[in-house]
Amino acid sequence: MLLIRCPYCEEERPELEFRNAGEAHIARPTNIAAESDDDFEKFFFIRANPKGVIYERWRHIHGCARFFNAVRDTVTDRFVMTYKAGEPKPAKLPGASK
Amino acid sequence: MNAAFRISGAGRLSQAKTASFSFDDKPYIGIEGDTLASALLANGVHLVGRSFKYHRPRGFLSAGAEEPNALVQIVRDDARKTPNVRATVQELYDGLTANSQNRWPSLAFDVGALNDIASPLFSAGFYYKTFMWPKWAWKDLYEPKIRAAAGLGVSPDKPDPDHYAARYAHCEVLVLGGGAAGIAAALAAAETGVRVILADEQAEFGGSLRFESGARIDGQGGYAWAQAAIAKLKAMDNVRVLSRTTAFGYYAQNFVGLVERVSDHLKSPGRELARERLWQVRAKRVVIATGAIERHMVFANNDRPGVMLASAARTYLNHYGVAVGRNIGVYTANDSAYAAAIDLKKAGINIAAIVDLRDNPAGPVIDEARALGIEINFGRAVVSAGGKLRVSSMTVQPKNGGGERTIPVDAILMSAGWTPSVHLFSQSRGKVAFNDATKRFVPGTYAQDCVSVGTCCGTDGLAASVDEAYAAGAKAAKEAGGKAGKGAKPKVDAGESWSRGMLGAAPGAGPGTTVKAFVDFQNDVTAKDIRQAVHEGMHSIEHVKRFTTNGMATDQGKTSNMHGLAIAAETLGKPIPQVGLTTFRAPYTPVTFGSIVGHARGALFDPTRRTATHGWAASHGAVFEDVGHWKRAWYFPKAGEDMHAAVDRECVTVRKAAGLFDASTLGKIEVVGPDAAKFMELLYTNPWEKLETGRCRYGIMLREDGFIYDDGVVGRLAPDRFHVTTTTGGAPRVMNHMEDYLQTEFPHLNVWLTSITEQWAVIAVQGPKSRDIIAPLVDGIDMSDEAMPHMSVREGKICGVPTRLFRMSFTGERGFEVNVPADYGEAVWEALWAEGQKHGATAYGTETMHVLRAEKGYIIVGQDTDGTVTPNDAGLDWAVGKKKTDFVGIRGLTRPDLVAKGRKQLVGLKTKDPKVVLEEGAQIVADPKQAIPMKMIGHVTSSYWSENCGRSIALALVAGGRDRMGQTLYVPMPNGTIEVEVTGMVFVDEKGERLNG
Ligand SMILES: [Zn+2]
Repeated sequence: MLLIRCPYCEEERPELEFRNAGEAHIARPTNIAAESDDDFEKFFFIRANPKGVIYERWRHIHGCARFFNAVRDTVTDRFVMTYKAGEPKPAKLPGASK
Repeated sequence: MNAAFRISGAGRLSQAKTASFSFDDKPYIGIEGDTLASALLANGVHLVGRSFKYHRPRGFLSAGAEEPNALVQIVRDDARKTPNVRATVQELYDGLTANSQNRWPSLAFDVGALNDIASPLFSAGFYYKTFMWPKWAWKDLYEPKIRAAAGLGVSPDKPDPDHYAARYAHCEVLVLGGGAAGIAAALAAAETGVRVILADEQAEFGGSLRFESGARIDGQGGYAWAQAAIAKLKAMDNVRVLSRTTAFGYYAQNFVGLVERVSDHLKSPGRELARERLWQVRAKRVVIATGAIERHMVFANNDRPGVMLASAARTYLNHYGVAVGRNIGVYTANDSAYAAAIDLKKAGINIAAIVDLRDNPAGPVIDEARALGIEINFGRAVVSAGGKLRVSSMTVQPKNGGGERTIPVDAILMSAGWTPSVHLFSQSRGKVAFNDATKRFVPGTYAQDCVSVGTCCGTDGLAASVDEAYAAGAKAAKEAGGKAGKGAKPKVDAGESWSRGMLGAAPGAGPGTTVKAFVDFQNDVTAKDIRQAVHEGMHSIEHVKRFTTNGMATDQGKTSNMHGLAIAAETLGKPIPQVGLTTFRAPYTPVTFGSIVGHARGALFDPTRRTATHGWAASHGAVFEDVGHWKRAWYFPKAGEDMHAAVDRECVTVRKAAGLFDASTLGKIEVVGPDAAKFMELLYTNPWEKLETGRCRYGIMLREDGFIYDDGVVGRLAPDRFHVTTTTGGAPRVMNHMEDYLQTEFPHLNVWLTSITEQWAVIAVQGPKSRDIIAPLVDGIDMSDEAMPHMSVREGKICGVPTRLFRMSFTGERGFEVNVPADYGEAVWEALWAEGQKHGATAYGTETMHVLRAEKGYIIVGQDTDGTVTPNDAGLDWAVGKKKTDFVGIRGLTRPDLVAKGRKQLVGLKTKDPKVVLEEGAQIVADPKQAIPMKMIGHVTSSYWSENCGRSIALALVAGGRDRMGQTLYVPMPNGTIEVEVTGMVFVDEKGERLNG
């Protein structure tokens, strides 16, 4: 069972308290009705699904109930960091070589 | 009285404490502290099982958890018949009853052994090749026969009467394995004051110190030192010592699963004792000290009972005081078997000969064996074991060929070397590395905060292991926050060191031979099978493993993996690391379902949710159905009524008079705040800004893809307050969906969401008499049609308690839904019921609710929709706000496929024969005469007998359905094709006049 740090509760809690909510940093277009078919397809259906570092959303559903973002390595399942919803994608990851 | 093979003066058990037991109905006497294996061996019993495929007679290979052969069934009573118990780890208790497995009619004479004679038929990959064709035969013929002939033991057929406990634990340092290294690591960590857990699978700590007779630590014998150290650790407040506890799985972030066997070793465990306890431990640092497992020699008939690992024979002698034979042969490729021969010789057992594959080994143990007068043969191989139910001889030959010599023996001890137990390290996702000098896989790259110490990481020698482990324990504790320790490092005065040995087939079982030289005893895989797999094209070790099943039995190849790998590598002509090692997976040893399930079974398996009126419904004869976690009243049969009759009566009564229905399970969410209407506009397809306070609207929620996600009636209680209802099953996901958008996409909106499902009990009162029933109980609400029209909501009091009174209808009749605080739900129901009695009302359940709504063509999301249905498909286009510029799903709705012609649309169906009720889920075709497979054009989503209509009614999703009004379509069923007519969805009161009736 993973330990996940909730950036709102500011502590590590067991995975059972959380639910994954898919890839992060995919903003809903402000004028979504005007999106082209291709753009809508990219927004709604296409996901990176990387081997390695993924930016994804989690919800502390059985805790503070907040959605937040996490950086996780899909190979090792190791969480690199978590941060609050709305904060920008981190430019630098802790422990990363560059 | 001593059993025949119990050696007086040997071993650590107190011979005074006897325990009687039976094996295959024959009584025996053992000693407390024995395992079933040691007790049987003390009585001279070696034959304990039949092998899986060839039904060959088998005995004990080992004295521990790696045992592949000696699997027995332990029977406590009718419900407790545990199969596949390793006799080498089952502790003896007085009255123990064990039976052999996988034999018929008896262990000594087994019909299945014909498989051994016919073995060319059963070579590697046999099942894959033979049972492919004809296709039908697998299910009807091959599989049942194979299942009957295979199997290991018999599953109990009664519910498990035992209970299983579970604990979570946290510690700074978790030490896995309680041999010399593990104990040393635990001592070092414990002295720093941090929390330490030390676990070992055995009943007693000490690991190899149980058999290593010459070890001396801190001035005492190795085993005595271990017991003293354990006593010291147990006395410390910061240390938890767990014996009989196997670490079976190493998961992410140092989360380790362990199973403690609490009472399997007790004669009559009290009901208060769990059978097993699951420990889920989170450790800051883990020290892995899991030791090494001795390998067997791969030679012809190496599976005969009496042929066993040298360290096992030594354990039986030095710990249990049992000699595994009287005239013993030894076959080895390294030093450690010499120690077994020496100990047995000193105990008065004849050692017929030591056969050593090595040409000119030298060292103190060899000198000692020679000094004791033991015959030693270098550069020779045992090419075959004689005997059948028990080994009777060994045939010895120079390793490069030459004259054979047969030596009579009653046991053969073998040692091909030691395999580090990297299972847990590998499970932690660490990468093993191959040490070419020692031909071992050892821990290489670590993936977690753990460290391997002692023989499991390839450290040779007791002194080196203890030094390494003590330092590692201290370091782990320090890294986890411990202070400097004050203790002294244990000093090893004497200890053994083993290394080297051999991998793969021994001479006589090499390429070109067809002898049965077993690599994997439990799955009956021979050296020849592995070579054959490579010849047939399996070039990856993972393929070889699956083709031969090498290492895939319940022992997971603890003794066989390295031999199998070496033979595959040799056949491929590649170095071992290039062929690779198969992945180690949890569990390390078999784990019972009980320990995983714990208390979560029966009533505790899943929560049960009951509404406020549950007790009333039960006492009025309701039959309940499960809807998610909820128990819902399904129907209320009167005396003599079956379900059909009860539902017909309920349906008719609601439309004639009235009915009461508990609708409390509907999800309810309060949407509150200055931007509540804005939020509703974005989350639902409908317009909300202009909905007046006190009015209600049927809302549809989409996902962004444009498909219906949920629906429900929403009441506006105030400009900034909406009372939203959802489907019963959809409540949690709708709440999550709303929170997701509020928190992440529309965080600028000032809105609060609160789940109020459990706060309000909901009593639906439906039917022409509904207002007459409610009105006398209500205070402060004008219920006239003018003051309170259909689709309105009022707040006031009913029976003196607060209510949110909705006028709404899921039946098509004049109807109300009375919301009251859940604590008052039952009392208000009773009051409404009493009023209802005056008007001939009935209580009705979910079945009648379904029929009544279907009569009106009201959909149920999840039954008439399936996640691919748009509002237009469902005939609900009117609920989509045409002037809106944004809501979730607005863009999805205009995707090309969603506006294409020919989409499946929801329509009504009437069977030509009104008495025929369609099956829900049945497929619909346009032409019943077409060839199979037919083109399906839709399926039935809802179907009922409608007593009100005097006929069956159905809803269906049909391609281009609304253009097919009046058409005849066909529903092919096993008993014939049913003709149906496509109709509108409303079967009762098409004009909707009854809403005010
Ligand atoms: Zn939180």
